[in-house]
Amino acid sequence: MTAFLQIDNLSKSFSGLKAVQDVSFTVPKGEIVGLIGPNGAGKTTCFNLIAGVYKPDQGTVTLGGRSIGGWRPDQICLAGVGRTFQIVKPFAGLSVLENVIVGALKASPSVTEARGKAKSVLERLGLWHKRNQQASELTLPERKRLEVARALATEPQILLLDEVMAGLRPTEMDTMVSVFRELNASSGLTILMIEHVMRAVMSLSKKVVVLNYGQVIAAGTPDEVTRDPAVLECYLGEEAL
Amino acid sequence: MIRHLLDGVPRRGIALLLVLLAILLAAPYLVGGYVLSVLFLILYFAYVGQAWNIMMGFAGQLSLGHSLYVGLGAYAAAALYVHFGISPWIGLGASIIISGFAGAVIGFLAFRFGVSGVYFAILTIAFAEFARIGFDHFAWVSGSSGLFLPVENYTENDFWNLRGSPAMFYYLMLAMTVAAFLLCHLLLKSRVGYYWLAIRESPEAAQALGINIFKYKMYAVVLSAAMTSLAGVVFAFYYNNLFPEQIFHISRSIELILGPIIGGVGTLVGPLVGAFLLTALAEGLRELMLQIGVEVPGVKQVFYGFCLLWVVMFLPDGVWPPLARLLGLHKTERED
Amino acid sequence: MGLPIEIYLNVAASGLLTGLVYGLMALGLSVIFGVVRVVNFAHGEMMTVGMYVAILAFATLGIDPLVMMVPIAAVLFVFGYLLQTGLINPFINRPEHSQFMLLVAVALILVNLQLIVFGPDSQGVRTSYSFDSYAIGPLIIDASKVYAALAAVAVAAALFAFFRFTLLGKAIRACADNYHGALVVGLNVKHLYALTFGLGTACVGAAGAMLVAITDVTPTIGPAYTLLAFVIVITGGLGSMPGALLGGVLIGVTEALGGLLFTPSAKSMFAFGILVLVLLFRPQGILGRKLS
Repeated sequence: MTAFLQIDNLSKSFSGLKAVQDVSFTVPKGEIVGLIGPNGAGKTTCFNLIAGVYKPDQGTVTLGGRSIGGWRPDQICLAGVGRTFQIVKPFAGLSVLENVIVGALKASPSVTEARGKAKSVLERLGLWHKRNQQASELTLPERKRLEVARALATEPQILLLDEVMAGLRPTEMDTMVSVFRELNASSGLTILMIEHVMRAVMSLSKKVVVLNYGQVIAAGTPDEVTRDPAVLECYLGEEAL
Repeated sequence: MIRHLLDGVPRRGIALLLVLLAILLAAPYLVGGYVLSVLFLILYFAYVGQAWNIMMGFAGQLSLGHSLYVGLGAYAAAALYVHFGISPWIGLGASIIISGFAGAVIGFLAFRFGVSGVYFAILTIAFAEFARIGFDHFAWVSGSSGLFLPVENYTENDFWNLRGSPAMFYYLMLAMTVAAFLLCHLLLKSRVGYYWLAIRESPEAAQALGINIFKYKMYAVVLSAAMTSLAGVVFAFYYNNLFPEQIFHISRSIELILGPIIGGVGTLVGPLVGAFLLTALAEGLRELMLQIGVEVPGVKQVFYGFCLLWVVMFLPDGVWPPLARLLGLHKTERED
Repeated sequence: MGLPIEIYLNVAASGLLTGLVYGLMALGLSVIFGVVRVVNFAHGEMMTVGMYVAILAFATLGIDPLVMMVPIAAVLFVFGYLLQTGLINPFINRPEHSQFMLLVAVALILVNLQLIVFGPDSQGVRTSYSFDSYAIGPLIIDASKVYAALAAVAVAAALFAFFRFTLLGKAIRACADNYHGALVVGLNVKHLYALTFGLGTACVGAAGAMLVAITDVTPTIGPAYTLLAFVIVITGGLGSMPGALLGGVLIGVTEALGGLLFTPSAKSMFAFGILVLVLLFRPQGILGRKLS
């Protein structure tokens, strides 16, 4: 098991508030890792540090042996990291197809080829029939899927998913879960997912990292983590006990 | 090439454009000098509107200082001609380089430090004003007393030195407008076009998809500036006089963005439609005032102001999108 | 340079006093932007309205511009209030450039209406104290500039006090901090926005009445003042009220000295130079808070 994405002692404060403190964890190649924790635990900040939106105050981010800490978001994407945004950011004035073409252009020499790739991604995520709609006309679950489609179209080696299950109906969620499982199985796509919906995390990830107040309080298999008293207390408390 | 050009464009649209082009080509044989000069103005505004639209309509960067590029382009080519007798066809190289460089400087200053939106617009105005005051004191181009190109009576058109009849300028402007239209059409179908639209819609998401937004915004500014400077060259040789106070003035910048805003920002046809509507209406108003015998400066601009107010309030996407739907020319479904 | 040092000091002092009036003008812009989040692109044009009203009042009724300051501010307050309720409030949730174009249209109309009404020639007022001056040590300072600057400081202080100590001022600041929060606690945000816009235009109207005692006005000068106000606000730091005054003084002094060293007609180039320097080295402005 080699670490594909390795986070070491990552720290970030915003005007004195320590959003992420000394966080370390690894994501092995080809695995699906869940990043969980209560609201405000620093999960999204962690994502933004990995994806280059913020520069870390301290610590390193290593991807496939290369240090990518402090790179710009576009450089990190080119290095093979795809991401979605918790608050979706579709290209509202463009059609669904055009949204995904923009992503697909990263790994395509021409627009024609990108169009072909966009088509297969949209079909996979069940959005092909919506291709000519403006992104602004989509429902929220559809927009979440569009986020995933756009990120997938960049053909990433690792996909960072920020709460893509939130607000989905159970059946929609099952579809999404099977899409990720299949991607992971067929192309060995590594996934790091922030998720509040425990059912999705538990069924997808082999490993779960738990954050609270910006620090890692537990890491391990879903079973181990759910039995960890610290986790139960801070987070799963209300649900599990 | 041609197939690529026509790809995804509705047939009726092509037919209408060809009819329009035929009419415009025949116009010098059909209409008098006055109408031709109005048509020239329309094409001029359509061209610069198209160039501005690359920045605002495609890449989402609001420039309110495009008179800077018109002025730099005009002065560069005119000064080279007046001082050294260099043909504008060579001088336009200098125009493109100087304007492109000015655009690059503004872009660099703004985009490096995340100056965007309204602040970017203000920075562009500041540079245009800077140039206006600077050129007022720039002795080599005669400062505020104005730079004049030699005017003689020509028995035949001297295309190499751009000395000649209004019809010659008209055809030149028409060619430029058509070229700009085709260029923008191709750009929108290319990688850079997709990237621009993505940046316009959401810079953060664009960046997350691997787009170097600084680089692509710079492309937009430099291309738009260079294209705009060519309009300046034609302006200089058509009107034969240049005053910093006029050419760099902020009202010129606003005048040249009214077309695309009224026509429809970000659309290909918008700048054309807007330039036509605005110029035709303004000339109509001028005629009307002449008939009544009122001659007050400022009336045309007040009229522009109300047009702008009306469009911004009631047709936020401009005239073209609803007009296109009316004509059945809106984006059709692609058959894949 | 062969000029004696006193000349520089005199010019700098005069620039400082003018700069305080500029600062008040910029303060109006800053307040509007800070609360309503709308950039008043017609700011300079509104100031020239104030200047013309002062000239008219002086020419017809002989009222001193500094006395006219109060009614002019009141008139422009009403104008600003109506503009916000009638035109801008419906645009609150529109994209930024759309709001901006709305105000570009207002500016275009205002400047050219003034051109039509007042004609293109420059006008000014000559008060009884126009040529008076005070001698302080080596400095000789125009009385009219001293009065104008004092008035500007007084108005600015009143505005500070309003935002800091009155309930209404606090309510407006609440709107600025959190639009939705203000809605939730039951503040009438649209009314408060309109009040703020009115206060901003009142500031610029008052500044116009002061400035007319210092310099002449033409209708087409409006856009230049709009730009100057922006330069000051960006230099001083967006959303910082002391920043606007400080920026005004800085720009006023720079322009005055630049005009002395080179030529007065090129003085605004120095203001733009400062703008570029600020954008390069301190994009958030001198007193602005660092953006994350």
